[in-house]
Parts: sequence; C-alpha cells; structure tokens
Amino acid sequence: MQKLQIIQDRVARQVMFALAAFAGLIVFLMAFGLFVRSRPILESFPLFELLSSSSWHPLKGEFGLFPFLLGTLWVTGVSIVVAVPFSLLCAIHLSEYATRRICEWVKPLIDLLAGIPSVVYGICGVLIIVPLIKNHLAPLFGTFSTGYTVLAGGLVLAVMVFPIIIHVALEVFSSVPYEVREASLALGATKWQTVKLVVLRKAMPGIIAAIVLGISRAFGETMAVLMVAGNVARVPKSVFDPAYPLPALIANNYGEMMSVPLYDSALLLASLVLLLVVVFFNILSRFVLIHVEKGIQ
Amino acid sequence: MENHTHIRVRELSVYYGREQALKNISVDIPEKRITAIIGPSGCGKTTLLKSFNRLIDSIDGVRVSGEISMNGDNIFNPKIDVTLLRKKMGLLSQRPHPLPMSIYDNVAYGPRIHGIRKKRKLDQIVEHYLKESSLWEEVRDRLHTPASGLSVGQQQRLCLARGLAVEPEIILGDEPTSALDPTASQRIEEKFLQLKARYTIVVVTHILRQAVRLADYVVFLYLGELIEHGPAEEVFKSPKKELTQGYIKGVIV
Amino acid sequence: MSRKGSSKVNTRKVEEQFFKTLMIIATLIIISTLGVILLTVIMKGLPALSLSMITQTPKGGYYLGKEGGILNAIIGSLYLAGGATVLAILISLPIVMYFNIYAPKKSLFVSACRFSLDVLWGVPSIVFGAFGFTIMLFFGLRASLLGGIIAVALLVLPVMSRAMDEVVKMIPRDLLEASFSLGATRLQTAAKVVVRQALPGILTAVLVAFGRGIGDAASVIFTAGFTDSIPTSILRPAATLPLAIFFQLGTPFPEVQDRAYASALVLTAVILIISILSRVLAKSFTKHVVK
Repeated sequence: MQKLQIIQDRVARQVMFALAAFAGLIVFLMAFGLFVRSRPILESFPLFELLSSSSWHPLKGEFGLFPFLLGTLWVTGVSIVVAVPFSLLCAIHLSEYATRRICEWVKPLIDLLAGIPSVVYGICGVLIIVPLIKNHLAPLFGTFSTGYTVLAGGLVLAVMVFPIIIHVALEVFSSVPYEVREASLALGATKWQTVKLVVLRKAMPGIIAAIVLGISRAFGETMAVLMVAGNVARVPKSVFDPAYPLPALIANNYGEMMSVPLYDSALLLASLVLLLVVVFFNILSRFVLIHVEKGIQ
Repeated sequence: MENHTHIRVRELSVYYGREQALKNISVDIPEKRITAIIGPSGCGKTTLLKSFNRLIDSIDGVRVSGEISMNGDNIFNPKIDVTLLRKKMGLLSQRPHPLPMSIYDNVAYGPRIHGIRKKRKLDQIVEHYLKESSLWEEVRDRLHTPASGLSVGQQQRLCLARGLAVEPEIILGDEPTSALDPTASQRIEEKFLQLKARYTIVVVTHILRQAVRLADYVVFLYLGELIEHGPAEEVFKSPKKELTQGYIKGVIV
Repeated sequence: MSRKGSSKVNTRKVEEQFFKTLMIIATLIIISTLGVILLTVIMKGLPALSLSMITQTPKGGYYLGKEGGILNAIIGSLYLAGGATVLAILISLPIVMYFNIYAPKKSLFVSACRFSLDVLWGVPSIVFGAFGFTIMLFFGLRASLLGGIIAVALLVLPVMSRAMDEVVKMIPRDLLEASFSLGATRLQTAAKVVVRQALPGILTAVLVAFGRGIGDAASVIFTAGFTDSIPTSILRPAATLPLAIFFQLGTPFPEVQDRAYASALVLTAVILIISILSRVLAKSFTKHVVK
C-alpha cells in the first residue's frame, strides 16, 4: 500500500515535470513550427527582399511585406503616443493621489476594460471613431478621409493598451519604497515635486517596461485594428491614410491562402515576424521588471 | 539655564481608522536640546515624531485631534503651508533612504526645490553641509556618482546633510542608528551632540543606553499613552511611575 | 517672508494643481471610455436583440437579412471556450503543483518556465491561430472544434497557469509541511490540501481564462472554421460569437449589421457576468486566507 503511493508520487512527478517543460517550450515550438512552414518562401526569396519590398501581389508571386510592417508601426506609434500620457497620469493619480476608496472603484473598472473582447472594441471603433474622423477630424485638417485610417486604428488600440500600461505602472510605483517619498516630502517638497523628481525617476526602468509591454500588445492586436484601419496595402503617409497592419493581413486572407502557391508560407512568415518582434519586446521588458522587483528586496 | 519650549503638544490624539495610536498627549519639547522619545516598539513613538512634520497626513484614514504648536503657531491650522513647515524640520529615518540620484543632487535636492538655482551657490551649500555631517572628505572625489554606492553609515550621514541643507530649526530622528554598525552609530551620536548647540533635536529610540548618552530630556510612551516626561537625569535616576521603572530596569520590553 | 519666496511657493502650488487636474481628467477619460463602450453596445444592440436571435440557428439567407439567430455561434463559443478551459486546466494544475510543491526551491528550471509563460502571455492571439494552423497541417486536421480548442487552450494557458501560480504560492509553507509530517505524499498534499485551500483562487483563474477564450477571435479564425449549424463532433467546424459578430458586421445589409450589435451585446454580457463572478470569488478568497 505504502509502496503504491510512493510509485504514484514518482509517476506524478515525472508527468508534472514533463508538462511544465512543455509549457516552457511552447514559445520555442511556435517559433520552430512557424519557421518550418515559412521556409518555402524564405528559400524562394531573400528575407531582406520580402521585408523591404512594397509590392504585394500573391497571384503574381510577389510577397512584399513592407507596407504591412509600416502599417503596423504607424498604428502602434499612434496608439502609444496617445496611450502613454493618459495611462501614466492615471497610474500616478491612482498610486500617489487617490484615496483608497477611489482606487477600489477605479481599478476593477480598468480590469473590466482589459477584459472586453477585441471585436467589441472594433465595433465601437466603427461606430464612434471612424465617423468622428470622417466627419470632424479630417475636415478640420482640410483633408478627406473615409475614417478607416491609421488614426482610427491607433485610437482604438490606445484604449486597449490603457489597462496594460496602467496595471504594470501601478505595480512598479508600488515597488518604490514609501520612505523615499517620505524623505522628499520631509524636505518640504510638494507631492508633485516628489512624484516628478523621485518616484518617476526611481520607477523609470519599470515604466519603460510597461510602455514596451503596451507596444507589444498593440503590435499584435488583430481584430479591432482589422475592423477600423482600412486595410489598403500601401505605405501610409499620414494618420489620415488607411493602413494594413501585419496581423490584419494574416487574419484577412486565411480563406484563400491555401489555393495560391507560397501564399500560406508568406502569411506564416508574417506570423513568425510578429512572434519574434513581440517575444523580443516581452523578454526585454520582463527582464527589466524582474530586476525592478529584485531591487526592492 | 533657561529652557524655551520649541514644540508644544497639547491633548494630541491620533487614530488610524478605529485604532487609537496616541492618547491625549501633552508635552513640551525644549529648544536646542536633545529630546529622546523612548518606549517599547508599537507604542506610538514614530507616530508622535511624524505628527510634528505632519507626515502622518499621507496615511489613509488617519484622524488627529488636539494641538501641536511650533513657536506659537498651530501646525494643524489648515491655512499653514505644509511644505514650509516640513522645511523647518530635517528627518532621519530608520534606515537611510538616499534619493535615486547622485550624492551632490541628494544634498542639493532640498535647496533646489525651494528655488535655489545658481550653480555656485549650490556648490557652496553641498560642500558646507557635507562637511557639517563629516562626509566631505570621503566623497569629495565622487560627488556625481549615485548615492546608492555609499555604505549604509555614509548614506545616513548623507541623509543628515540633505536634511540640514534646507536650513531647518529642528532635527527629527526616527531610530536613526538602528540600521548602522556600532562605529557608524557612534559617529551619528557625536554629530547630534555637536548639532544641539544650534538645533532642537528629537530622537526616537528603543535603545535605552543611547537615550542615556544623548538625551537632555526624555519622553516615555507606553501603548500610546504618555507615562512620564522630564529632564533626562530625573527620569533615569528617579522615575516616578512604576511603568517607567520597569522599562528602565528592562522588565518591560 | 520675502516676496520672492512667496511667489516661488505659488508657482509650485500652481504646478501641483495643474498636474493634479490633468491626472483627474486622464482617469475620468479612461473610465469614461469604458462607459462609452458599454453604452454603445447596449444602445445599438438592445433594439436588435430578440428571442429568436439567441434561440435559433441561421436559416437560409440569414446573412442577407432573412430569419434565424446566432445560437450556432453561442453554443460553438461555449463548447470551444469550455473545451479549451478544461484542456488548459489539465495542463495548468500539474504545472502549478510542480512549481510550488515538487520542484526544489529556487529552481532555475521553474524560473525559466515562469518567465517563458510570461512571455507567452504577451504573444498575440493571431500567432496562436497561425501556430494552431501549422499543428493542424502537421496532423492533417481540418478546421474544426478540436483545432480551435487546441489553439485557444494554448492561448489561455499562460493566463490560467500564472494566475493559479500566484494563488498557490500564497499558501503558507507550514500548511504543506504539516501535511508532509502526517506522512502524506506530495501528490496527496497537492490533491487534498493545496487544491482545497486554493480552490476559490483556482476557480477565479479558470473564469478569467474562460473569459479570455470566449472573447478571442483571431486565434480561432484559422483553426475552428465557421458553420451555420451546431457542431455535432469535435472534428466538425464550429462557429464562434466573435467571428459571427465580425462576419455580420462585414455584410452590406443594415439589418444584418444590427444583428452584429446584438451579438456583441450578448458577448459583452457574458464577459461582464464572468468578470463579476470572478471578482466575487476573489473577494471570498481573500476573506478566508489567513495572512
């Protein structure tokens, strides 16, 4: 009886170890799987040409990803420019100024914002932001626009990125010891001076990590952007131009990709590029965050 | 020798939520003397100290009643500018917390936030106060390196220089030697004895011998209540209350 | 006081007030985006919502504005998110037990796994879809409920396992040692003590993962396919709510677009209920844990 239990225990240990190892390896498996599938196109064209060519004509066998890369960069850039000031101000407000009662109200709402599915964001983008740009913002700047633009994609993404930056920034702020704030206050600094000169300074690496996590989220977000960015395979020249971000490209063409030679390989290469960029950003910011956390103990 | 009162505390009570941390405290802190607040841990020593520069304000759910006046002005008067009040007091906390910047910027931080911008003036201030806290010789060649690179003892002296640089009248010490080794502690204690000629010093300590070495005046708190206060000699040699006797003999820890 | 000194104080106060106002405005704007989103979905969705929408499958010509509902997508999403959640639990629980009970303290392997899961958390769902698709090609599977379940299970795995990990980590070490000292093996301890102690937290993690799974579209677009009927086997394609919303919105017919809003309302309601449930659970959890 005793022996059986010990054997059970040992088997369980092996199984658990194997599962943990599997979980740890998923990222690598993904990269490997996508790489294997994108090899056909990498063998047909040099990688540099694929990434730098602007001509995307799958039927003619031309797979230039440049417009899509730039589309992603534009949309991500706009979203970060909008999201960073708002999220940081909000995070500072919650961590340094707001009473506990306000925090208890606001934080769950921000969590809720994080839980809203991206199609719902997309719908709201189509219903609110796209008309706003078409009817008000574009005329204001003297241009015509359908509303389905870089700006629309960026604004929708910004709202989706708020919760991530706020969440990570709050954790970073809470890791700044209270006594450092106290030291500054005791010298007669105002609260804002303390925040600006001490808290933000101490939290800077963590804040950058928060922003990078936000960027990587925006970089890979698919459905919401797909619905509002316009999807025209041309390099955007202004925020009122349509964009065709990489994730949108992948999602939009799953239907026909098996019937055109190399098409599937091109799309899986696009996924691989997306994966590698996002993983790079994530590793970077996680390292910083681990460092920040250790610095406290 | 005449004793001017610098900080006058009257019927001070402090509550954290429902818990009462200080109960009806009335005491006078004499000017240009070292006052030691003693008592077992959790008795409200730090709360009393942080009431003086109103750092307790930023704690959630804190309530204060009673009065503290400095030079005759009530510090809880809502019209008073807290930052100016705090400028009058330098704080040394339990462990040194250098600001995340260079040694120079740490000392210059206070003067800068209070509006001194001229480089020459700042240089003078930094040098003067680093000398005042006997740190100058050790750091003069690396003023622009991060303050976190100093030893804990040096950091505490840096914090002292930082606090003195805003030209306070009062120095508050919250167990300022508890994180230091004996030599470093001794240096801080020596500093205090020199500084009391020009500053009023209030030190919270749970080390009785330190209180004996330093204090001119002693305040003994127990569970939020003021048990006994008076000139150090009297309190240590002939305590009037049984609790004080017990604490001094080491029966109550 | 010199005049210069007091003007300095004033600029400091003005700056303080200025930034404080900015912060409050930023917070209000962020909170109001949530309000605007919920209001939009309710105002647009409620008029178009009808009983037949949620009790019928699409009839012929549904996407041209004819009769029918989205029951196929509702059921499909529940199957898919449910299946993926179960699969993810089967992987997450052992992993978390290994991390916290079996592995030696300060194991490099465990830190590496945790790190890798955190990175996986940040991988976009479209990449999970693409990867799921390569797996399916490898095994010769076609777009099906099973394919979708695998992709979504991988997607929610990091969310679930890291959330469980945080909960199980908080169980006092003494409790485990008490169980060991009674002669229980680690497996028995894991099954009886840890799971029971951390149950509310584990359920919260499960709900959060379910919510993420049911709302995700990009990972199922390649893998689960789409169909107008309710799937009868895991090898058949399955419709999902987010994709149903996407397709209905993509038609040129206003009646069908209205149905997209109604479907979005259904999805949002499901998500809201899940997140409220998990919050209630999390609260009851913190109440019982002795710190």
